[in-house]
Amino acid sequence: MKVTLFATCLVDLFQSNVGKATVELLERLGCEIDFPESQICCGQPAYNSGYTKESKEAMKKMIKTFADAEYVVTPSGSCAAMFKEYPVLFKGDAVWEKKAASLAAKTYELSQFIVDVLKVTDVGATLKGKATYHTSCHMTRLLKVKEAPAILLSHVRGLEMTPLPDAQNCCGFGGTFSVKMGDISGQMVEEKVCNIEETGADFLIGGDAGCLMNIGGRIQRKGQPVKVLHIAEVLNSI
Amino acid sequence: MAMKTSSAKFKDRVDEGIHNDFMRLAVSSAQERLHGRRLTAVDELGSWEDWRSLGEEIRQHVLSNLDFYLHQLAENVSKRGGHVFFAETAEQASGYIKDVIVKKNAKKVVKSKSMVTEEINLNATLEAVGLDVVETDLGEYILQVDDHDPPSHIVAPALHKNKEQIRDVFKEKLAYTQTEKPEELTAHVRGILRKDFLSADVGITGCNFAIAETGSIGLVTNEGNADLVTALPKTQITVMGMERLVPTFDEFEVLVSLLTRSAVGQRLTSYITALTGPRDEGDVDGPEEFHLVIVDNGRSSILGTEFQSVLQCIRCAACINVCPVYRQVGGHSYGSIYPGPIGAVLSPLLGGYDDFKELPYASTLCAACTDACPVKIPLHDLLRKHREVIVEKEKMAPFSEKMAMKAFGIGAASPMLYKFGSKMAPSAMSPFKTGDIISKGPGPLKTWTESREFPAPGKESFRDWFKNREKGGKPS
Repeated sequence: MKVTLFATCLVDLFQSNVGKATVELLERLGCEIDFPESQICCGQPAYNSGYTKESKEAMKKMIKTFADAEYVVTPSGSCAAMFKEYPVLFKGDAVWEKKAASLAAKTYELSQFIVDVLKVTDVGATLKGKATYHTSCHMTRLLKVKEAPAILLSHVRGLEMTPLPDAQNCCGFGGTFSVKMGDISGQMVEEKVCNIEETGADFLIGGDAGCLMNIGGRIQRKGQPVKVLHIAEVLNSI
Repeated sequence: MAMKTSSAKFKDRVDEGIHNDFMRLAVSSAQERLHGRRLTAVDELGSWEDWRSLGEEIRQHVLSNLDFYLHQLAENVSKRGGHVFFAETAEQASGYIKDVIVKKNAKKVVKSKSMVTEEINLNATLEAVGLDVVETDLGEYILQVDDHDPPSHIVAPALHKNKEQIRDVFKEKLAYTQTEKPEELTAHVRGILRKDFLSADVGITGCNFAIAETGSIGLVTNEGNADLVTALPKTQITVMGMERLVPTFDEFEVLVSLLTRSAVGQRLTSYITALTGPRDEGDVDGPEEFHLVIVDNGRSSILGTEFQSVLQCIRCAACINVCPVYRQVGGHSYGSIYPGPIGAVLSPLLGGYDDFKELPYASTLCAACTDACPVKIPLHDLLRKHREVIVEKEKMAPFSEKMAMKAFGIGAASPMLYKFGSKMAPSAMSPFKTGDIISKGPGPLKTWTESREFPAPGKESFRDWFKNREKGGKPS
């Protein structure tokens, strides 16, 4: 199966490990990976800040980039949700609405793609230790992907999953919120990290690079031993 | 109290909020209690999504036919002998109410909880002409005796105070001598309020939902104070936001069920009352005179705009009770009597962007509010729309942000530029690096790095790795 990867700008620039793990994992599951070089960003930072005009330029670029793809897979619930929102943004636009709908229809978040399209629930991964999972807001509430990550993680050999208290609360990332309202964001991530600490987990796993950068940055600052991993990295551990 | 509750800067209000440990503990424990109860009450109802859709449909139907239902309501209230006054502004509303009361030569006014009377600055207007105004909802009463402390929540106005603080307020203001036990605190206030109820000339209430078909006023409380406010004084005045009505009792039943479950996790509140007009011949209680004041105050200009869905709101505060930002900063940080996600959407619409332009940014757009809303208001999307208006129409965005976003628009649409930028990033950031992390970031990263590390851009981007690998280069 041919899969076109949308790596996302955060992964491209800051977390190339997540991109690498995604490629290796999908290849192991029998996919052939294509990475069109003209991809950049889903446009969310500008869109969510109110700069709709500016974000649309980025969006058109992404629509063109992925026009020929059969499946677009991304290791981010948030960016996948943004692609899914494109048709609403281009509603009534004679040229772009249809194209936006086509991209939205073939876009999948990584865990969703593995479970729903590849129909795989056990990817054969092994990771020893205790872990807790951060349910990122856009993945669960906007994209409505709630079960797939848990199903996949439950089959990882050696991994003991433990629930995260107040899991439903946002970690405080929120894109530009984290710098625009840095004080509030800092309080939010502190509470999240305290909850993670409370579980006694060795690993904090998540499906969105933004949340992980935020939570990981706080864990690092506090000098805690918890290791932050993207779900792609966990599923690629063999 | 008008809508605006503070003249301090937003940043200072937030700073005060996040450093108030008492308040934060009170807020987070209340959130957890209410959140848990709401989920249980909602599960119990079964097919919650269908209920939400029905709630949304009812509210949208009313908004689409608002002129018809308002007319019907006014006609039916008049038919039963009540007086109806449409107030375009807050001043007209509070002015009318003041005139009615002054004409009666009244001295004492008792009130049950009402956010719209806060919005129209009613208490101050009445006190200015020497009237004795007594709040009878326990939460509102606590705030009133505490030198008019503003409400921090639309359902539980004194949520920011714990019982020890309330005891201290009572000790200072009411010569209270007992403990912080809620039962003792409540009994003390009950003793005081009984006398006020019996001696009041006028009762003022808000309105959860008016019922157009019958001209009735629906009130939902747990304390029963609204029933005394409407049963004892000779004159009753009810104040309602112009959108707060339903066609018939059938829709009233659905919305009350959504309201009580979403607000406090109860199947029903202790008292749900429907009042129709003044006392009839043969009635044993009820007011001799009844006035309904319908307040516009900016609502009609929201109709027909992209923000119309905010008028679906039934003021349950479910969005506030799940908001992770409200949890950290508390209600007073919003500087509006309407805090939390609903307040961040509503306050700029009713009170203008000048006073409330920061509020739409006080959200991570995590959509917990949208998920919790029993009438499906897309709150997080309305917050984003506000940002769009602030940037594009109001032109209030900071210059540096505008430049950054312009650059984003160009950079994110041009692979060449992006590639150049991402190649430059590691060396541009290198002066700030220690190993792989940035601990003291420049510019916008400063606030981030005050509480956490920021990763330095990797030496090799993912795209370079992929390209090298395709070329058969050594995968790293």
